Amino acid sequence: MSEVKYSKEHEWIKLEGDVATIGITKHATEMLGDIVFAELPEKGSNVEKDGTAGVVESTKAASDVYTPVSGEVVETNQAIVDDPSKINQDPEDSAWFFKLKIKDPSEMDTLMNKDDYDKFAKETSA
Amino acid sequence: MNIKKTSLYQLHQENSAKFVEFAGYQMPIQYSEGIVEEHKFTRNHSGIFDVSHMGQLFIYGGEDLIKDLEKIFPLDLKNLKLNHSKYSFLMDKDAGIQDDLIITKTNEGFLIILNAACKDNDFKILKELLEEKYQMFLDENRSLIAIQGPKSSQILNDVIDGVTDLNFMTGNWFSFQDHKIYITRSGYTGEDGFEISIPNDFVDKLTRELINKGSKLIGLGARDTLRLEAGLCLYGHDLDKDKTPVEANLKWAISKERISKGDFIGSDIIIKQLNNGVSKIRVGIKPEGRIIAREKTKIFNQLNVHIGEITSGTFGPSVNGPVAMGYIENEFSKKDTKVFLEVRGKKHPANICGLPFYKKSYVKGAVK
Repeated sequence: MSEVKYSKEHEWIKLEGDVATIGITKHATEMLGDIVFAELPEKGSNVEKDGTAGVVESTKAASDVYTPVSGEVVETNQAIVDDPSKINQDPEDSAWFFKLKIKDPSEMDTLMNKDDYDKFAKETSA
Repeated sequence: MNIKKTSLYQLHQENSAKFVEFAGYQMPIQYSEGIVEEHKFTRNHSGIFDVSHMGQLFIYGGEDLIKDLEKIFPLDLKNLKLNHSKYSFLMDKDAGIQDDLIITKTNEGFLIILNAACKDNDFKILKELLEEKYQMFLDENRSLIAIQGPKSSQILNDVIDGVTDLNFMTGNWFSFQDHKIYITRSGYTGEDGFEISIPNDFVDKLTRELINKGSKLIGLGARDTLRLEAGLCLYGHDLDKDKTPVEANLKWAISKERISKGDFIGSDIIIKQLNNGVSKIRVGIKPEGRIIAREKTKIFNQLNVHIGEITSGTFGPSVNGPVAMGYIENEFSKKDTKVFLEVRGKKHPANICGLPFYKKSYVKGAVK
């Protein structure tokens, strides 16, 4: 079982081998409201830790999606581009955003575990 | 400054409203179901909007008042029938729009509904222009709610008998448990609906009755997506002091009779623009993909020349795609002209289109 980790920008990341699956948290979707647009990084492109790697928009506003670790984009989830409401429905599973072949596994150590993230999310939204 | 609350604040809280500050008021932006569901519920059933932050200006007077108001508004008020409403603007001498409004002839004078952010300034301007000859007041003791959507006339008629007799853009006094309320058949969603002016003390009771009959509270978020799909302007975004009614493509709201005489504030500019045309004009804009172009997005032509700017843009839940409006150089304003919108550094194709994005369903003749 691989552990899911979380970033302060409200992304989740699940590492299996050297491939990480990344999406946004349920808490993030609750703050954003109805998501009506999603833009993903290009397959084959390289993204840097904490850099922008996509955009989500609600009816109200646009928000950047950041990548919590560096790597090469090996897969993107076209299903959420075609129907962005899937992100609200199942953000931490089927509505993942992109998969990365990661560069530096030690970057995972800078991220939060579930308990720490839940606490962080509660404090920052209060 | 203290943030004001409307008389429905408690009810909003009970319905898990998320609040935002708007024009000095604590207003519900959405409830638990969210903007998209609220939007669709209004289009398919019936939604209630608390718009008590808007100004309700009552001016009392007769023939003299009509003459004086015609010097201000580009309307044929002499021939406006009792209880009939018109959309209009308060302009400055350069025909810049200071506010857009709905004016209704009542048995005692006029009722003017003003935008929340403009109402105090409008009152000052009008008081000065009317030289304090008439009794006029912004009524803080009355709330304003709108009920909009296809089921609204039946729901409201179940509570207040007789409202289905009203035609679009007409109103009348009704009573709710012996209290005088003024109802007009109008709104800001593109749907059939009503706006109800009611004393603060009874608005909570009336709203709860409407909810019991099947209507739901809808926030300002869905109000914005609904009005944009209906092609209606939002003051401070699509309209402001740097835009005239002709540039805003609202010349239909200016009385032809009054233009021939031309004796209202801003009439020189209006007549000039009607004769010579304008350099920029408001249009509908439909992005080709799913990209949302929001306010202040720059518009370019095919030669990459900057030709305009978006003033409102969002995702339209009933259109199921992005919708926008904005101002563009007149020569590019024809329907189906291809333009490009710069969003996050990239140019995205879009087409100039007619408004509304979503067909209006106003009730022109009373149906029983």
